[in-house]
Amino acid sequence: MTLSLENLQTRRIDPDKPLLEVDDLVMHYKIKIGEVSAVDNVTFTIHQGEAVGLVGESGCGKTSTALSLLRLLPANAEYISGQIRLNGEDLLRLDEEEMRERRWKDIAMVFQGAMNSWNPVYRVGDQIREVLDTHYRGEMDIDEQDRHIASLFSAVGLPPEMADRYPHEFSGGMRQRAVIAMALACSPELIIADEPTTALDVIVQDQILKELKRIQAELGMSILYISHDIAVIAEVTDSLGVMYAGKLVEYGPTAVVFARPRHPYAYLLLRSTPSITGPRRKLAPLEGEPPDLVHPPTGCRFHPRCPFATEKCVAEEPPLEEIAEGHRVACWHYDQVPELDMELVR
Amino acid sequence: MTAEAPVKTKPLVDVKGLRKLFPISRGLFRAPTDFVHAVDGIDFEIAPGESLGLVGESGCGKSTTGRMLVKLLDPTEGQIKFSDGDYEKDVARVGRSEIKDFRSRVQMIFQDPYESMNPRRTVFDTVSEPLAVQGVGTVPEREERVLELLHLVGLTPAENFLFRYPHELSGGQRQRVAIARALVMNPRFVVADEPTSMLDVSIRISIMELMTDLAERLGVSYLYITHDLAVARYMCDRIAVMYLGKMVEVGPTEDVLANPRHPYTRALLSAVPVPDPSIKRTPVEIKGGISKAINPAPECRFIERCPFAAEVCRENPHPEMFEVGDQHFAACYRINEI
Repeated sequence: MTLSLENLQTRRIDPDKPLLEVDDLVMHYKIKIGEVSAVDNVTFTIHQGEAVGLVGESGCGKTSTALSLLRLLPANAEYISGQIRLNGEDLLRLDEEEMRERRWKDIAMVFQGAMNSWNPVYRVGDQIREVLDTHYRGEMDIDEQDRHIASLFSAVGLPPEMADRYPHEFSGGMRQRAVIAMALACSPELIIADEPTTALDVIVQDQILKELKRIQAELGMSILYISHDIAVIAEVTDSLGVMYAGKLVEYGPTAVVFARPRHPYAYLLLRSTPSITGPRRKLAPLEGEPPDLVHPPTGCRFHPRCPFATEKCVAEEPPLEEIAEGHRVACWHYDQVPELDMELVR
Repeated sequence: MTAEAPVKTKPLVDVKGLRKLFPISRGLFRAPTDFVHAVDGIDFEIAPGESLGLVGESGCGKSTTGRMLVKLLDPTEGQIKFSDGDYEKDVARVGRSEIKDFRSRVQMIFQDPYESMNPRRTVFDTVSEPLAVQGVGTVPEREERVLELLHLVGLTPAENFLFRYPHELSGGQRQRVAIARALVMNPRFVVADEPTSMLDVSIRISIMELMTDLAERLGVSYLYITHDLAVARYMCDRIAVMYLGKMVEVGPTEDVLANPRHPYTRALLSAVPVPDPSIKRTPVEIKGGISKAINPAPECRFIERCPFAAEVCRENPHPEMFEVGDQHFAACYRINEI
């Protein structure tokens, strides 16, 4: 069989066609003292060729959401309700073997810290070969595999002969490129990238993000970026979702959300992110700590830290409501959230 | 934190020709012939009350510099003069008998609040340890002082935190304890090595504000080591940029950010993502990746990656710092042509 990245460049994408639809997903972790409500009523859609970002702080459920999509959750996790539809097919209804075939072929994942998980005693190329052996058993001979691995390496900006080297001969940035090459091995429609550049220096981060953007455009792929770094999400995504305490609190086109965040948490998150460009505006700290998800706060989960909270917020949970074309916010008082006024420090 | 140039007084810290070479072992009985030039001849000053940011990519020598300033490492060459009133010492030559006195004036805050604290000791044990080592006060007096500091760093009510263990605290609270520990002896100078890089954005801002506020109230100077230029912008009066053991640019923070002169600083700044999708960054003009400073060639450290490298850079040793503006210096031969 022939599998080449060149063939993929002809993949037609229809930006209005949904690729992955997450619908009302609820997922809990069972622990000794109860259940952790890690993902709660999360709903969003990734269209063909679209780059979507999920941002939030540690423990907000962004990685749990990503792992849910691939059904790679730990044993104590339990799907309570919801659907995850890939091209209309609900992944939660597939049996384990069917799901295994979807991974890497349809959805690939670049895990957090994956660049440090290469097996040190095998050549990098041979570790990518394992993916091909698993998914194309008997369909590709060694020469075809070698050619494919070489083309994957060139696609991510690595010299093809590096495939014969061992992980310790790669720098951090090169290892991360190789991880991306591996994710591309079976030409998936969707790549989930969990903190793909977090451990890298800024210049290398810049190179990797550019590479991912270029590959995404050339191969007509969709990417789901998971990151705590708002600046990275601002640069690489078309749409973004802001998560807080297991909830999606705001979702919309990246440019719209950054110009005028409507959820108080999204607003405060943006106001507390330092930038090297523009005026040196005063940063607004978020008071308090994220909640305990075994006993999440009643009503809106953000109400204990929210400057706009009223009795209604304590009593009733706000739905994720569409306030403009494609822009959804879960807040009773979104119209009170001010514009990002950029006052100077002095 | 003032925007004006610091008043010309005697510097608190005066570093001249500082070098640190780490030998690469060739085996038990063979003398090393290769050295990593982690810090290779840098000079800088920190005025009393001033905060200097040391920025650069991993492996550029910023942490090694910080560790030499608090005498966790001894320099291979060079001097670090620390002057605090009548107290004047070359840090490299602080002897064993003098180290206690030195440590009461200079302290350090580490990056990882999960690893820099003994898990089996309470907050009181951790914060009061410098007092015990220095033999300051009785136990009730120490408790008084620890309470005062916990209050100062925003761990209130302080009584509730006194006998907690690190695992009972969040990352932000642990970093507050680390700050309390560093300040308990009233030091004049604190080296802070990436104190906020492990924290979430919302917590990071409150720690940054706390450190700035305490610096103003207690008259502490910081050497603030960070890879994050946006954080340095908010924490430092001046920024010094390092590349492979050399200092390539130093100047007032806003001046360096708005008007970077060294090609490496320019590349570093243009690689920082901007949290505003309506701004398009200028593309990074730099080649290749960072190498290691093992037995480096004498010419400019940045030459292989520099888009402006020319004859003059190849024929001369690594450039000295040239003045490019008020208090603003850069180490590049081609400054006027770029």
